Amino acid sequence: MAETADTRPAGIAMTLDETIQRQTYGVFGRVLTRQTFWVFVAAVVAFVYLSFASDAFFTGNNLFNVARNCAFVGIIALGMTAVIITGGIDLSVGSILCLAGMVTGMMMAADYSIWIAVPCGLGAALLAGFVNGYLIAYLGMPPFVVTLGMMSVARSAAMVLSGNQMVYQFGSDHAKLVAIGGGSTSGWFDGLAGLVGPDSALGGLFHGLAALVNIPNPAIVLAVLALIFGFTFRWARWGRYIFAIGGNEQAATLTGVPVRPIKVSVYMLSALMAGIAGILQVGWLGTITTGMGVGMELIVIAAVVIGGANLAGGSGTAFGAIVGAVLIEMIRNSLTLLGINPFWQGTFVGTFIIVAVLFDRIRSLRQAE
Amino acid sequence: MPVLELTNISKHFGAIHALNDVSLSLEGGEVVGLMGDNGAGKSTLVKIIAGNFPPTHGTIRVGDREVHFHKPVEARELGIEIVYQDLALCNNLTAAANVFLGRELHKVYGPLRVLDHAAMNRRAGELFAQLKSETRPRDLVRQMSGGQRQAVAIARTRLADARIVLMDEPTAAISVRQVAEVLNLIATLRNHGIAVVLISHRMPDVFSVSDRIVVLRRGRKVADKRISDSSPEEVTGLITGAIETA
Repeated sequence: MAETADTRPAGIAMTLDETIQRQTYGVFGRVLTRQTFWVFVAAVVAFVYLSFASDAFFTGNNLFNVARNCAFVGIIALGMTAVIITGGIDLSVGSILCLAGMVTGMMMAADYSIWIAVPCGLGAALLAGFVNGYLIAYLGMPPFVVTLGMMSVARSAAMVLSGNQMVYQFGSDHAKLVAIGGGSTSGWFDGLAGLVGPDSALGGLFHGLAALVNIPNPAIVLAVLALIFGFTFRWARWGRYIFAIGGNEQAATLTGVPVRPIKVSVYMLSALMAGIAGILQVGWLGTITTGMGVGMELIVIAAVVIGGANLAGGSGTAFGAIVGAVLIEMIRNSLTLLGINPFWQGTFVGTFIIVAVLFDRIRSLRQAE
Repeated sequence: MPVLELTNISKHFGAIHALNDVSLSLEGGEVVGLMGDNGAGKSTLVKIIAGNFPPTHGTIRVGDREVHFHKPVEARELGIEIVYQDLALCNNLTAAANVFLGRELHKVYGPLRVLDHAAMNRRAGELFAQLKSETRPRDLVRQMSGGQRQAVAIARTRLADARIVLMDEPTAAISVRQVAEVLNLIATLRNHGIAVVLISHRMPDVFSVSDRIVVLRRGRKVADKRISDSSPEEVTGLITGAIETA
């Protein structure tokens, strides 16, 4: 299509092009306006402060524990971020975590292979997520109500399965389950050292690494999943669509976005993440009780919201979810270390959610002016 | 040859006759103002053209063939695009992302299909330039003026290579300066040979950009004439029923 009708002088055309080229903010300015950035700064400040305020904080053991606890919250927070981006909420993740762990644990206790038990546990989580998603997407029920119901159903199912007993014997693959959830890079490197010969030079190197780098397995799982989520949110069509659904669901429908299947996928993904966290947690604890994951949904939602996602939908990042998880777990940990009554933790988590939403509210009010 | 021809279209919802025996033809590069009071049948007519529901009686021809739409996507495949009154945009996405929503461009790396942001921004920028709009592809729609939002909605129809664009009250909720911008956009569409149906309550807008005016009253077509042969006074009379037909 030739633009022969354009009679504007060249000078004006130039300025128009320049206007089009110009960005509203520079890269730096854009970073400074992000809540995630400031929460990241807060986490770093808290980290430095705690290292000085408490002798117990900056120790290998404690940091290892914080990293592992962060990982469970963070893994679920990734799935929750997807749900919240679409404008939904998933209150059932704590119960689904328990259900997936219980199915896996019960099957292994009945001496099924871990290769069968883990897929069954994740399958149970996916089924719960599918029911959530179907009721929300196809029957138009509010996510809050559906997932609140599923929160009760999934935990009750776990209780029925186990007869409300603690399970701590996982059959012939017991050691594998414990190694997956409770292991760390130290164990891997020691294993490698054993493989190449402990006395060889390479073996010595691996021994050195084992002593030096000790990252819990769940944190590695979190890192891998975070990369996948971060990539998908930005570079996959699915990611684009969940943002569109959260921004304007009707518009997404009108432009041909398959809104319903995408919504189902989001709740299934959230449940799957809860299931992965549940199985890892069982491996770490070496036992399962039906009380596992109680109240987890609140911590996860707090992490996501603190990380910059908007509960009204349409925004959120994988990085933000992780920063939020780190900040919350660090503060929970420090409350214990500083000798503050742990009963206060709920107050902190709850206040965090409210304050994060309050900031959001203030921002939107300022935009409306 | 008309790009769109409606013959003796009627639409009944139970006992309610929303449209009665309406015929309408559209040429490429023609802007038709569709006017009428609330409940005159404007949106019913638009929804029939857009494929939201089929007419009770009558035929629709697009180009040289008769069509029966069951879903909006079928109309869209034949080059009929709608710019909705509320614009159907996602505020949290960029202009380019909105233009390409549902039709994203990809780059393929082995098994991975990756969004091609660069290509989409470039193409959207070209479309905005064609529309002579200052809209920037990377800006969030949230930050945009009403006129720029219209440009995004219209750019979406350009992307699809539309032959017919239906615009539902595009100037209803925007400032005077932005109205001029939107009317320019409509003129640009016409210059590209696209047939535009402009549904509006605003008489000055219809008269400034349309070639032809069609008036509906209580489900019937009461006027279909060149804009030069009519006047705002006559059209007001036709809409209210003070003048029977013209």
